[in-house]
Amino acid sequence: MAYHSFLLEPISCHSWNKDRTQIALCPNNHDVHIYKKDGTKWTKIHELKEHNGQVTGIDWAPESNRIVTCGTDRNAYVWSLKGEVWKPTLVILRINRAARCVSWSPKENKFAVGSGSRLISICYFEQENDWWVCKHIKKPIRSTVLSLDWHPNNVLLAAGSCDFKCRVFSAYIKEVEEKPGPTVWGSKMPFGEGAGGGWVHGVCFSHSGNRLAWTSHDSTVQSDLSVSLSSETLPLLCVSFITENSLVAAGHDCYPVLFVYDGTKGSVTFGGKLDVPKQTSQRGISARERFQNLDRRATSSETTEQGLESLHKNSISQISVLEGGKSKCSTFCTTGMDGGMVTWDVKSLESDLKDLKIV
Amino acid sequence: MAKNTLSSRFRKLDIDEFDENKFVDDHDEPVDNQGPDGAEIDNLIRQGDMMTAFHIALRNPPVNTKNPAIKERALAIVLRVLTSFKSSDIEPAVKSLDRSGVDLLMKYIYRGFEKPSDNSSAILLQWHEKAFAVGGLGSIVRVLTARKTV
Repeated sequence: MAYHSFLLEPISCHSWNKDRTQIALCPNNHDVHIYKKDGTKWTKIHELKEHNGQVTGIDWAPESNRIVTCGTDRNAYVWSLKGEVWKPTLVILRINRAARCVSWSPKENKFAVGSGSRLISICYFEQENDWWVCKHIKKPIRSTVLSLDWHPNNVLLAAGSCDFKCRVFSAYIKEVEEKPGPTVWGSKMPFGEGAGGGWVHGVCFSHSGNRLAWTSHDSTVQSDLSVSLSSETLPLLCVSFITENSLVAAGHDCYPVLFVYDGTKGSVTFGGKLDVPKQTSQRGISARERFQNLDRRATSSETTEQGLESLHKNSISQISVLEGGKSKCSTFCTTGMDGGMVTWDVKSLESDLKDLKIV
Repeated sequence: MAKNTLSSRFRKLDIDEFDENKFVDDHDEPVDNQGPDGAEIDNLIRQGDMMTAFHIALRNPPVNTKNPAIKERALAIVLRVLTSFKSSDIEPAVKSLDRSGVDLLMKYIYRGFEKPSDNSSAILLQWHEKAFAVGGLGSIVRVLTARKTV
């Protein structure tokens, strides 16, 4: 489990390139910085300066090597590498509020942007005009779209929004693709709508696209529009499937948490807290410390640990799968408000933390 | 400096009421729960059967109704049950609840905190400690974010 501190400021968003040697991230300002991995060191190789507002979403398309960024300046840019320089192309999203999240579709021929304008912009490239065009999905979204995830068939899109609902839409663009085959999500728009008690912060399809999970601000994790787990933790901000039956979610509690989905019982259960186990020596607690604890915290408990025990020292805002895809993930990465990035290795987590089973 | 002699009546206008795209909450009103039955609870408290009184008080919470009178009535009944508990009985009572029960109990506890009376705060804090041990921070977050309040 490697922790790397990039900055002292929060990392707003990040995205990896195809071979995971470069990471593009936004250091809480109007730019995007690209860092390249040099053994264990990270060196900044590019600075992408075009946005006039904070960059809220970055996605790096692995096959076509294009980066799409969106920001609070209501714009999105598609960046292509020309030689040694990244060149931006403006995409007119026709929104009048900030863009919040962006995601390339699996085939990378279109991308979706969620915004505070209560709509999703689906953008695709029109060859004749050499221009990115966008179509809007408006109904029945009633508030800001916070998170997006594409179904592997390149047509269905799950969106989590501040109107407490997670919905599945069809983003079918007849100019760029053929009609998709049937899926478990039905045939009428919107394909699914799950209601919750809080803003839907993170949403994720499983690798096959048959499962959908989302996390909500009322500290719950829900799956497949019906199954819900009220968690004891603080709200979780991001979620990802790591196998067909296991999810990892992370949020304001600063450590990732494993959840196990049981298809037969139709339930989501808490699988375990994923963090490096504490390796402190068991030293005795002096009488003075005992009284100090009593004074400060009204308990004379054993722990004198003042800070957080987790690797991340502040909320985790984004989680991304590095190796293995969403079906057999072997490494994933989290970035957070502490400006740090941690890469988690699933195998060593399984061996370090007893009773942890990733099905 | 120039004195503001113009009317400031425009500041009292709620502009969001005129917004066509205003978020209208489509809350469908399911069965209107009327809250627990006061007389039944009184009987049980007199008999000393606190556990049953507790469970009945937490049944049928008036979460869907917009009528504040019903909510006040239910709150008063629940608080009466909670304050009549002995400290040692609190923990088994909390343990007998399921997840949504703990969330509901937490909502009532925080409502009870809003209007402290003579002894209520002390016993409510004990209830809070035991409920927190089971529900964790998540149950408190659900009190804050709940759209159907008691």
